[in-house]
Amino acid sequence: MKITRLGIYSLALGAFALAITGCGGKKDESAEAPAPAANAPAGKTVDPATAGEVMGTVKLDGAPPKMKAISIAAEPACAKTRTTPLTSEEVVTGDGGSLANVVVYIKSGLEGYSFPAPSAPVKFTQEGCQYHPHVAGMMVAQNVDVINSDQTTHNIHPIPMENREWNESQPPGAAPIEKSFAREEVAIPVKCNVHPWMKAYMAVLPNPYFQVTDKDGKFDLKNLPPGTYTIVAWHELYKTDPQTITIGAKESKTVTFTFKATASGD
Amino acid sequence: MKASLPLVRMGTVYNSNMHRYAVTTACSTFLLLIAGALVTSNDAGLSIPDWPLAYGSLTPPMVGGIRYEFTHRVIATCIGLLTIGLAVWLWRAEKRGWMRWMGIAALGGVIAQGILGGMTVRMFQPPPVSAAHATLAQLFFSTVVAIAVFTSPWWSRELPTLEDPKSPPVRSLVVWTAVAIFLQLILGAAFRHKAFGIIPHLIGAVIVTILIFMTAGALKRRFANVPALRNCARILHILIGVQLLLGGGAYWSRIYAAQFPQPIAVMVALTVIHTVTGALVLAATLVTSLITYRLAGAGKLAGESIRTTEQVAQ
Repeated sequence: MKITRLGIYSLALGAFALAITGCGGKKDESAEAPAPAANAPAGKTVDPATAGEVMGTVKLDGAPPKMKAISIAAEPACAKTRTTPLTSEEVVTGDGGSLANVVVYIKSGLEGYSFPAPSAPVKFTQEGCQYHPHVAGMMVAQNVDVINSDQTTHNIHPIPMENREWNESQPPGAAPIEKSFAREEVAIPVKCNVHPWMKAYMAVLPNPYFQVTDKDGKFDLKNLPPGTYTIVAWHELYKTDPQTITIGAKESKTVTFTFKATASGD
Repeated sequence: MKASLPLVRMGTVYNSNMHRYAVTTACSTFLLLIAGALVTSNDAGLSIPDWPLAYGSLTPPMVGGIRYEFTHRVIATCIGLLTIGLAVWLWRAEKRGWMRWMGIAALGGVIAQGILGGMTVRMFQPPPVSAAHATLAQLFFSTVVAIAVFTSPWWSRELPTLEDPKSPPVRSLVVWTAVAIFLQLILGAAFRHKAFGIIPHLIGAVIVTILIFMTAGALKRRFANVPALRNCARILHILIGVQLLLGGGAYWSRIYAAQFPQPIAVMVALTVIHTVTGALVLAATLVTSLITYRLAGAGKLAGESIRTTEQVAQ
């Protein structure tokens, strides 16, 4: 049995051509079909005259774990710009056990309303080989501008479950990468594979009633129409139960979420 | 006894340059396995988002995880070129038809491996594709090792066929052991690439350990006077012992490293060494299989060339 030289070369070339052209590949995020929420016909709108608010605090019950130091010596471009040591940001607390980087949002109770995405983009910056903010909240279809302020190359790699995954590089001085997510998802892990300690989250929500807490742990969801709502507090490590609350016209209520500082995070 | 045997086996012409080239390709492939394992352990698989280029060029910025991923790609390209050379050489110079096809198989393997590598990048490392990439790496390594054995002067010699009257035949044992090790490597790759948990890999480890001890034990007992087979048994015993220790260490290091925000050196070192030692176990078992098939007959074969182990030892 003989095989021609031409046959062998054709086989090899064909395989490589298949690899280059037919192996999945990144698809344009803009080509993704918009989610129903983003595409929905105009529904009810909020009447400011009757709107109320839900405010409150997020706390951590127990001693917060000591955050590990991150060694960035392997990346001199970042090491020389930092004045303070870099530590991981899974658990960031303030005075009195207040907990930062918690997404507080309305999970249900707003059915029938429509909320257009804000035109202003969310800024998501890589600075000192760290993401700022650590947890970014945004609405469905709202733009997020990914900015590289470092003098080194990063890749930005969100790993969603409900949205389309992408992975793009961003050299120093490059223009911001503009992206948006088509579906609700709390929360999408984001990582840089060039610098494996760089981790963050993006929370994508269908309504504007959400906030990501600072170190003071406070949140304030304003301009909320009267109704009964399920409010969820999400943290990357810990879990807590949702709460149901009823808001009357012009009513203001306070809610406290408490996470338990357990080793497993549950 | 050896002096009375013809040096060259009928139909086989020993080509020292070809053998050295095959050994060089096999050793280089082992380096590639190390480079690939470093990419995974350093979580650098997607540090270069594009493929086949890297950051749209052939010279990406060599920072962070890009160093691991790009080095892996460069070594892989070199292995691809070496394999093309090996396949062409075998096709042109090798008299054994099946050996020529082994060269083509190796070439097909390295092409498929390149495609799988590209797919892992462009499809964001889906666990089945990443595990297939890791598994095919082991298969390709085994193929090149086999070519190195088949082109060796030892293989070219006229050798006696030894009697193996006991059951199960050592030929069967060693083949089943090699198959079990290959399946175990698939389970290990699947665990490493998060396709599923550790339990199947642990069960596989128990089965492989039992089979290796059975095979190595049978070789030692039945062919105690045959240096090649005795040495195979010894190497298998050493490798499985080392690999079990490394496996335990690698698993512990993964649990320990989970509390750190970035890959730590002890985890990277132990998982990489465990991964490539797995490749060595497979290669050693494959070589043992080949030697066993070359020397040990299937039961009481009739024929003038069959000898007892005592005769060979004389």
